[in-house]
Amino acid sequence: MPEPPQMVNLTINGRPVQAPAGSLLIEVCRANQIEVPSFCYYPNFSLQAACRMCLVEIEKTPKPQTACTVTVTEGMVVKTDTPVVHQARKSSIEFILTNHPLDCPVCDAGGQCELQDMTFRYGAAESRFEEPKAHRDEQQWSPVVYFDRPRCILCYRCVRVCGEGMDVWALALGGQRGVGSSIIPNRQDHLECEECGMCIDICPVGALTSGPYRYKTRPWEMRHTGSICTFCGDGCKTTLGVRNGQIMRGDNRDKSGINGDFLCIKGRYGFDFTRGEARLRQPLVRRQGELRPASWAMALEAAAQGLLAARQQQGVGVLGSTRLLNEEHYQLQKLARLALKTNHLDHSRSADLPGFLAALARHASSSATPWASSQDLKTAKAVLLVGGDPTQEHPLLAWNLRWAYRLHASRLYILNAGDIKLRRQAHRYAQVAASGFDAALAFLAGSGAAPAAQLTSVPPAAINTWPITPVSPISQLPDGLPEFLAALRQESDVIIVFSPQVQAAALASLVQLGASLPGQTRYIALAHDANSRGASDMGLYPGLLPGYAPLSSPAAAQWERLWGGPLPSEPGLDAAGMLDAFNRGDLDGLYIVGANPLRRHGFDAAPGRRKGFLVVQDLFLTETAAAADVVLPALCAYEKSGTLTNTCGEVQWQRRAADFEGAKSDLEIIHELSALLGHDLGTSSPERIFQEIRAHVPGYDVSWVQLHSGAGALSHLPPQSSVDASPLVRISATPWTRSADGLARGQTLFTDGELARRSVLLNSVMERHETNDAQ
Amino acid sequence: MQPGPNLDMLSPALRARFDAMIAHYPVKRSALVPMLLYAQDELGHLTPEVIRGIAARLELDELAVREVIGYYSMLRLHPAGRYHVQVCTNISCQLRGADRIWDHCRARLQLENHQTTPDGVFSLEEVECIGACSWAPAMQVNYDFHQQLTPEKVDQILDGYRRKGASGD
Repeated sequence: MPEPPQMVNLTINGRPVQAPAGSLLIEVCRANQIEVPSFCYYPNFSLQAACRMCLVEIEKTPKPQTACTVTVTEGMVVKTDTPVVHQARKSSIEFILTNHPLDCPVCDAGGQCELQDMTFRYGAAESRFEEPKAHRDEQQWSPVVYFDRPRCILCYRCVRVCGEGMDVWALALGGQRGVGSSIIPNRQDHLECEECGMCIDICPVGALTSGPYRYKTRPWEMRHTGSICTFCGDGCKTTLGVRNGQIMRGDNRDKSGINGDFLCIKGRYGFDFTRGEARLRQPLVRRQGELRPASWAMALEAAAQGLLAARQQQGVGVLGSTRLLNEEHYQLQKLARLALKTNHLDHSRSADLPGFLAALARHASSSATPWASSQDLKTAKAVLLVGGDPTQEHPLLAWNLRWAYRLHASRLYILNAGDIKLRRQAHRYAQVAASGFDAALAFLAGSGAAPAAQLTSVPPAAINTWPITPVSPISQLPDGLPEFLAALRQESDVIIVFSPQVQAAALASLVQLGASLPGQTRYIALAHDANSRGASDMGLYPGLLPGYAPLSSPAAAQWERLWGGPLPSEPGLDAAGMLDAFNRGDLDGLYIVGANPLRRHGFDAAPGRRKGFLVVQDLFLTETAAAADVVLPALCAYEKSGTLTNTCGEVQWQRRAADFEGAKSDLEIIHELSALLGHDLGTSSPERIFQEIRAHVPGYDVSWVQLHSGAGALSHLPPQSSVDASPLVRISATPWTRSADGLARGQTLFTDGELARRSVLLNSVMERHETNDAQ
Repeated sequence: MQPGPNLDMLSPALRARFDAMIAHYPVKRSALVPMLLYAQDELGHLTPEVIRGIAARLELDELAVREVIGYYSMLRLHPAGRYHVQVCTNISCQLRGADRIWDHCRARLQLENHQTTPDGVFSLEEVECIGACSWAPAMQVNYDFHQQLTPEKVDQILDGYRRKGASGD
């Protein structure tokens, strides 16, 4: 346990106050509900003292002091509410407003502008400056970022969030000193960066505005709904501003999600796939070889008839999605098992969760909950990252790792085959050959010789020093993996984060290594897409029921009693097996929900070349949907409610934010189709279905309060000793599954499967980056 | 293939001097300001190429170099006259009559801010504080400071430089 901080006594405005020694006066004032305004001060970034708004009087100091840089000491007497302080605030605002234009009526920030609020609060409505305001034209720095220089008050928030927070360092203060000072982008007239939009979000005024949102609407004209981002597996909260049923912007304005301040480009701007022309607005049914519009009743009837007929012959398979909500995953597997009476059921897997749970049951010494939350990364003493590139694939986790390095001197150990950006925060970075993972992990777990590895390190973060030097210098270390292991063994309570590259035997080594480290080792299994963890937990497997219960386990009988029907006992085909069988004509029906195997895996489902019946349920007319016999248009995550489980296992409630006409939620479609197939799934209320999940799926008895508060309720899925009895849980090396580099599907900062492909904004950012690279 | 950013535009002597200088500091970037100054002495101003070259030499982003150039009034991105006249109009100098000195320089040299005389002898710039507040009003010509200025004193100073310029010193 850390030592409790030493407390000091001080007086603020005549009130005795206690605070931990070393805390900043501005924080102590705010913690005691004493208002101290500021523009440049922003918690958890380096101190600036640029805006002069937080001036307060401190007894025995001759002039007002900036509360953002003064640390509290014993006996300090502070006054924040005196004529001197009031005058100082008023003068600071008058000075800040020297060149600030009075274009609030057209400024994007109008109505949510800190400068507007403070001018209103502290006065300075009249200026003594007689000179005309200096005007400069607006500049576009990227598809996302626009800069309106006269509005800038030079608070440096954007500079710090980009450098210290994102480790991108694309913004700086340039131009000339004094009135010629200006924020400048890293490529003279444009930005080359991760386009996260953090600079826009953190700007206290309207100097930085976003391309997709600017001049579109005013903050008070929108309804704001806290939703969960539907792109990667991190599960960031994105508050969607909706006007007339249309999403106008995404941000994290109340900072109440698991992501706090953070959002990446996809969570902030990627939502535009929802209103694209490509969205399906009515069901389609194939007649005389052509897909033609049909009513919902006709389409569902046709789908049910086709699937029932196929069930009578050689059988039907169900391929699930990695983005559906938990309730939908859960009901979909019921539809497969109870209505279609098959275990031919799978989804596009990334993390080998069954393998990991089995390894835990076999090798971990402790039965304590082995999971770490995304928040835990922020304060972790030591983290081991095996494979993957969180900057590209899990931007929130990368943000949290940088946070831990910067503010908690966390030591990051990285074992990777490439040169990933997080190397700049790595205490030890071992680079091994792409084929060397299994051997490297085996060595770290204590068996076998050390394979060749290049070892580097960076100095620990310079806490409390300023300015933080951009880009830590990386130095070579003489020894490879033996030194890496020796350093790692000095750590305790390590969090191990592993990518889908780590599977099967390597997982066993990983867990053995974790068990050999002192303290409690916890894990984060990285998985792609918003809810592949949920698909996995809800049992979208040919051989596993919800909670990873094998078909032959005692749990199966319990599920049968709960669901009121017999479950098929034979394990089914996995995804690749189903696609192959369907192509060969050995499977007569396939129901594909929110997946597009035709595009990525060359599965040949062209009508006329196959005899099977294909039903596809999706947002868009994907390559697979275009080949279907029946196409059912679905709503996207932002248009429905339910729960999602992120890659760490944090369960969150997704709130419906937007509307879309013509499509139905996947849950509704699954229920209606199941009824037509002869099995009534009961109520389609997401709340009621989650109640059932909460009561019966291991690990999901999470607190309702946490679930709805936005804090993220960490599920505590237990190790599964019986899992490896099933031969079908292994991820096979067929094309449907990921290749070993973990990036086969091209999930990066700007790409993310079907959704990102349909986002105009994400595409324009990529084009811009490609053009810049070519130059 | 295009060559990467380099410092080939500088004399071999200066490049050798940079190598020695960088080795003096525990952190490479500490050498940035002197490198920029010496490079500017050779080239007259800081070109995009030399900025890229210095950034690469110190393993910095070009942006970090431009940030520093923006702060120091002695570093410049554009060509200047042989004698670069920088008049401080910041608060201390202003209180002691800097506006009068600035107007006098403009009239005398027939230049506006950031302009150079047709013969290339003088250029004029209005700058923020040059750290000579105790002897305000002040101006700087290349590396020389001139203090407690009056219009008459400015005339003498500028005449002196013009003579020097004519004699080719």
